[in-house]
Amino acid sequence: MSDHPAARSGRDLLGGLYRRPDDSNRHVTVSGQEIPLVATPADVADLDYARDLGDPGQYPYTRGIHADMYRGKLWTMRQFAGFGTAEQTNERYRFLLARGQTGLSVAFDLPTLMGRDSDDPWSAGEVGKCGVAISSLEDMETLFAGIPLADVSTSMTINSPAAIIWAMYIAAAENQGADRAKLRGTLQNDILKEFIAQKEFIFPPVPSLKLVVDTIEFASREMPLFNPISISGYHIREAGSTAVQELAFTLADGFAYVDAAIAAGLDVDEFAPRLSFFFNSHLDLFEEIAKFRAARRIWARHLRERYGARNPRSWLLRFHTQTAGCSLTAQQPQLNVVRTAYQALAGVLGGTQSLHTNSLDEALALPSEEAVEIALRTQQILAHEIGVASTIDPLAGSYFVEKLTTEMEAGAEAYFARIAEVGGVIPALEEGFFQREIADAAHWYQQALERKQRVVVGVNEYVNPDEKQQIPLLRIDKDVARSQERKLAALRARRDEAAVRAALGQIETAARDGANLMPRFLDAVRAYATLGEIVGALKAVYGEYTEPIII
Amino acid sequence: MNDDNDPAWPVELINLNCPNCRCLTSGEREIGLDTALDTLLGTFLSGDRRAAARLISVVENGGPRAEAVLHALYPRLGGAPRVGVTGPPGVGKSTLVDALVRHHRGQGRRVGVVAVDPTSPFTGGAVLGDRVRMSDLATDLGVFIRSMATRGSLGGLARTTKEVVDVLEAFGQEILLIETVGVGQTEMDIASAADTVVVVVSPESGDAIQAMKAGLMEVADLLVVNKADRPGTSQMVRALEADLAMRPAGGWRPPVLVTVASRGEGTDEVAAAVGRHREHLSASGALGERRHARARAEIVAILRDRLWQRVHERLADRLPDWVARVEAGHATPYTAARALLAAFLEDEA
Amino acid sequence: MERGIRVLVAKAGLDGHDRGAKVVARALRDAGMEVIYTGVRQTPEMIAEAAVQEDVDAVGLSVLSGAHMHVFPEVLRQLTARGGGDILLTGGGTIGDEDMAELQALGVGRLFGPGASTREIVDYIRAETARRRAQSETR
Repeated sequence: MSDHPAARSGRDLLGGLYRRPDDSNRHVTVSGQEIPLVATPADVADLDYARDLGDPGQYPYTRGIHADMYRGKLWTMRQFAGFGTAEQTNERYRFLLARGQTGLSVAFDLPTLMGRDSDDPWSAGEVGKCGVAISSLEDMETLFAGIPLADVSTSMTINSPAAIIWAMYIAAAENQGADRAKLRGTLQNDILKEFIAQKEFIFPPVPSLKLVVDTIEFASREMPLFNPISISGYHIREAGSTAVQELAFTLADGFAYVDAAIAAGLDVDEFAPRLSFFFNSHLDLFEEIAKFRAARRIWARHLRERYGARNPRSWLLRFHTQTAGCSLTAQQPQLNVVRTAYQALAGVLGGTQSLHTNSLDEALALPSEEAVEIALRTQQILAHEIGVASTIDPLAGSYFVEKLTTEMEAGAEAYFARIAEVGGVIPALEEGFFQREIADAAHWYQQALERKQRVVVGVNEYVNPDEKQQIPLLRIDKDVARSQERKLAALRARRDEAAVRAALGQIETAARDGANLMPRFLDAVRAYATLGEIVGALKAVYGEYTEPIII
Repeated sequence: MNDDNDPAWPVELINLNCPNCRCLTSGEREIGLDTALDTLLGTFLSGDRRAAARLISVVENGGPRAEAVLHALYPRLGGAPRVGVTGPPGVGKSTLVDALVRHHRGQGRRVGVVAVDPTSPFTGGAVLGDRVRMSDLATDLGVFIRSMATRGSLGGLARTTKEVVDVLEAFGQEILLIETVGVGQTEMDIASAADTVVVVVSPESGDAIQAMKAGLMEVADLLVVNKADRPGTSQMVRALEADLAMRPAGGWRPPVLVTVASRGEGTDEVAAAVGRHREHLSASGALGERRHARARAEIVAILRDRLWQRVHERLADRLPDWVARVEAGHATPYTAARALLAAFLEDEA
Repeated sequence: MERGIRVLVAKAGLDGHDRGAKVVARALRDAGMEVIYTGVRQTPEMIAEAAVQEDVDAVGLSVLSGAHMHVFPEVLRQLTARGGGDILLTGGGTIGDEDMAELQALGVGRLFGPGASTREIVDYIRAETARRRAQSETR
């Protein structure tokens, strides 16, 4: 058995490290991980079913978090959407709900993501461009007009100012008559990955983390059905990381939030069941499936063994998946439908709880309505036509997939050790550890493309020389900024200025005292203080962050 | 404007064939360049930042045009304070420089910053990222920031850095800050380009300091422990003070200061200490000594360059032969050098 | 000796997605250029002023937020206002063909969409710098 060539080739795999594919006989994953010609029983000789896999719904949940999985409930089909004004996005939401989408997912524009009002000079050119502009409770009310927030689950992709936007959402729902304890949804609210990858940070890491802990505490006490955080690897991967880096850095962030909440006096079982995750599903089918399976196993083991969580719900890693935006091509964009379908398949075979499929035109612009419909229909085909939703974790026991899963776990553990050596997640991001690892991986990938060691159909091979861009692109109305400015001016003229000032003063005081800010944010948004004003009050206390430069 | 009657502006210099440095001697091409340079210098004097930036490039690129520019600007140099900031990577040098710039701007001074980053020895390229910290100063017209790559230090980093600073001073910047990474030779270079050298470390710099103690610590006129909100600060301060106590008594004793530059804490004290050091230099006559030593070092460096260039031109053909002989064991490197030098002197004569 | 090429690589506006900017910065450095990297969150004024002070041959902007029709013309205007109208302004991002054509008509250089190779970008900046230098010498 040990003489089998495949058994030998398995030994030189390095978990977590990508390699320069300088030998053309080597096959590597999209992450640069070398893979064998064939896997054999020797590759899984150490695997113990009860210890390492467990039945679906059983510790360590490698096979899935539910015993009935998609037969009990299909994954949530959740298309991320938002552009222009709150009115325009509200229309798109109604369209998606009418087409059978089962949850909402809000994309905010950059000024909102950066805590700036639409009329801030920094917002010039960006208002409503890559998401919807929300500067006040008034905009939030418009965004969900006619959509009963008591009945839908809403995911909001917002980070630095997440707590404030959440306060606006809660206030808007309560104004509709909804009970806050019944609201369902997910706040992305993962500031650590912003420092690591997406760079939409405002305040320095320590107060940023404190804001996250405030929301976790608030959710665990008052909003039991809401996920206050979606710990995200998606953006880490989009920034160019490998699969193992995505897995390791995301889980390391997750542990950092657990540590911070525990340090703030919360019991792990009080909040851990509400932590959720968000991963990327990239091109390499088996590597991605292994990543999802390893993620569940690692989280369960650490929560149970390291943090001593007693509630089995604390051990569960629930996650949303989005197909890889960075894998989409501007060339022959119709092919993106195919890429996305395979990536979605990996998500489903990996046991995702919800899924976003990218639209074919997203390398060029925000998706058009037609493109979004195809993306959503892709998920419906997966769910209903090709039979992959019926049997749980069908790849379990595959020599290759189990081997990859084990290596994913080992690679992630190796990174946890390196992060601990640097002193933890915050020191590591302040000194650029993650950024350097990701930049190196992105550079390697670019090189592999340019040397044609990786083929991208329609881009570096099989190019259509006569190609002309012909798909219709969504154009964002140029008047969005002006209409937002007018609305904000009217709001500022109409509201009770003294109440706004008082609420902002309260925020500053609470920020200095270290009190939980959620109640203060709720007061301020109800007084129609704007997002920019509230963030301004926090900046006065916390300051702003500048990152180290890592090329 | 470019006024030929302005005594501070010896335009005629650049149009002269300068016998001493052999610049601008002959050839139509060089005459053509003169006209262009002349115009550029005029625009520079009117306060045009683009012209200043171009003159810096001319100086950085060396050669006869650089010499012409330095000739022209020399009379405009007054002795504005030059402060070097150096230290191991990642200790927050740029953040401290940023805070010092703000301090001086608050007092209404025009500031020039030269940030030096290493050039890759393999590709000749460089990534210069020091503007990042100072990004919101980018639109302050009283601040001029220039990033420089070491470019393999042909002719010496110290000299090029000093010359770039000269251009900034001639442009009217009243205080000059020079930032370099202290990872070897560069800290010695900065010492010769600055009047006051601030060495920055962080509480985590222990190993780095051990490794570069000889160079980095000896050039320090001021020691700053930045990121002083981190554990290990007081130990670092004590270690530095213990180290300083070993120095011979008398003269300037470098103070050890603590800062959290990202929050502006302690940075005014650093600026004040730099000021005190400068007063000390003037009062004790050490400033004169430093500038004297610098002038001497500059001349020696230029001489060494010129001589080497000349030697190289003459002997380039004969060098491979001697290399082969040494390689084969038929001669020692000393014999080879002696023979080559003799040949050179003979040629020159 | 041929003067080295200096390029300013910047992320304009609020967008923090810096993968493309960093990959390009690294490729330009590896091609022997001096790259001044400004990091994320730069206004057009900051970019233009830095480009002038650094005496760069080219400015490369990465814009993925959809704000390109605002950012490129504004940087061009600010460069010109500072006497840097001769500096090559190039860049890339998620920019459709129509918008690229419109920006080029304004005087922006070539723009690179997703899938462009760094080799193309390096070659373009080299060629364009050489062309512009030759032009300014004959002027």
